[in-house]
Amino acid sequence: MALKLPAVPAGAPARPGTPAAEPKSVKDNAGEAAVAALGWLDERTAISGTARWVMFRKVPKGTNWFYTLGTSTMLAFLSQVITGVFLAMYYDPSPNNAYESMRHINNEVFLGQFVHGMHRWGATTMVIFIFLHMGRTFFFGAYKYPRELNWVIGVILVLLTMIMALTGYLLPWDQRSYWATAVGVNVFASAPIAGPYLGDFLRAGPEFGATTLSRFYAIHMLLLPGLIGGLIAAHLYLVIKHGTTAPPWIEAEIDEDLRKAEA
Amino acid sequence: MPDTSKNTSPYTADRNIPGAFEGETVTRRRFMTATANVTNQVAVGMIVLPTLGFALGPNFKKLEERWEPVGRPDEFSPNDYISRTITIVAGAGQTGKSTVYLRTRNPEIDTEPEDEYNQFIAISTRCMHLGCPVRYVPASQRFICPCHGGVYDFLGEVQGGPPVRPLDRFYTRVRDGLVEIGPRFSVNSELRRFSPRDPAQDLDGIGQYLFPSRPTIRKIPGT
Repeated sequence: MALKLPAVPAGAPARPGTPAAEPKSVKDNAGEAAVAALGWLDERTAISGTARWVMFRKVPKGTNWFYTLGTSTMLAFLSQVITGVFLAMYYDPSPNNAYESMRHINNEVFLGQFVHGMHRWGATTMVIFIFLHMGRTFFFGAYKYPRELNWVIGVILVLLTMIMALTGYLLPWDQRSYWATAVGVNVFASAPIAGPYLGDFLRAGPEFGATTLSRFYAIHMLLLPGLIGGLIAAHLYLVIKHGTTAPPWIEAEIDEDLRKAEA
Repeated sequence: MPDTSKNTSPYTADRNIPGAFEGETVTRRRFMTATANVTNQVAVGMIVLPTLGFALGPNFKKLEERWEPVGRPDEFSPNDYISRTITIVAGAGQTGKSTVYLRTRNPEIDTEPEDEYNQFIAISTRCMHLGCPVRYVPASQRFICPCHGGVYDFLGEVQGGPPVRPLDRFYTRVRDGLVEIGPRFSVNSELRRFSPRDPAQDLDGIGQYLFPSRPTIRKIPGT
């Protein structure tokens, strides 16, 4: 059944007092184009509600610089991802060429030493930030109900970060990384019952060999980044869902009149 | 539609489900769901099991047994160590090599039972604390570890520091007039032979059961 709507009268006169339309500036046009593009995207994804939910959140009174440690850790991780991808373009994880390819990156590739340095110091930075963030959460009591699960996810992220640091340490394949990793694997292997088999798994055999390096490389650049990325997403989702906590020194405001009225 | 909610008969025909066969107890919806789930699990298994096997395979592959000639018998003395570099893993370049300290058997101090594999004593340089390389210091006749201060005496037995057992040894034999170094074995504090263990794994008391030997590396059977 087709609807019959009244036709719009043609040639309706402009209302008196309406200012004459001025020609649009480039700025207006650009603004309209941006709004149109975002509108096109939003119409098809309904992303703006999610974006508002993520970005425009209420934060409690007393929020301070300590609350930036989690974001700092995440930015350190993103920096590691970016520099790591570019290092992987030059690095060769084979026992005969790994050291040589690192030497090539450091001495011959344009900005190679800088990018390697960013990755190396970035790793230290990430470990420091993640522990400061953990300390902040602990001392502010932000792990308590209902945020326990987020604490658990955070602890798993700490462990994955440490394994990331251990596996990455071997890759330069110099004396320090070789012996430090030998010691690290033996620490794992000193666990009773399961330890010896775990050591064999990490080394891909009873001795350090060709497979050890490629195995550490695959764990370092494929397995763990994916796991960490996924867990960060879950961690952030829960942070946004719960909201952040107030620092412990902020007292709850009590409305005395309301209290008397309810007593 | 007939009301089937109160009818609890196991037969679909009794529950008046349209198109039911006689004697049929599983609804088609349930059958379809189960089939989809089983197919799913088979598909996941086909990906996960080979991958897992691929990753765990090296845990069951035995390290190749190597015998490497390192010199004539008269090059070695019973009272001092001479170092030799041998390859313990093939195909790993420099990292597959290891230093071994060698001397001839000295019946005055080597009291463990004599056999064809210990006419020459080959001491591994792997520290039994956490695996750093130890160095033999002739002046004090001791093995010293640079990492955490482990000290071993002339026989490789622990004298101080954190190591949990004496230094590992290698089987030796004489073939064609040359001394050959073979596979590694571990020893407890009485210098009894055990299948090789990683550093930091105690072999005295219940240690040998807490830290079981692995399929990847075993001592020569019967020694």
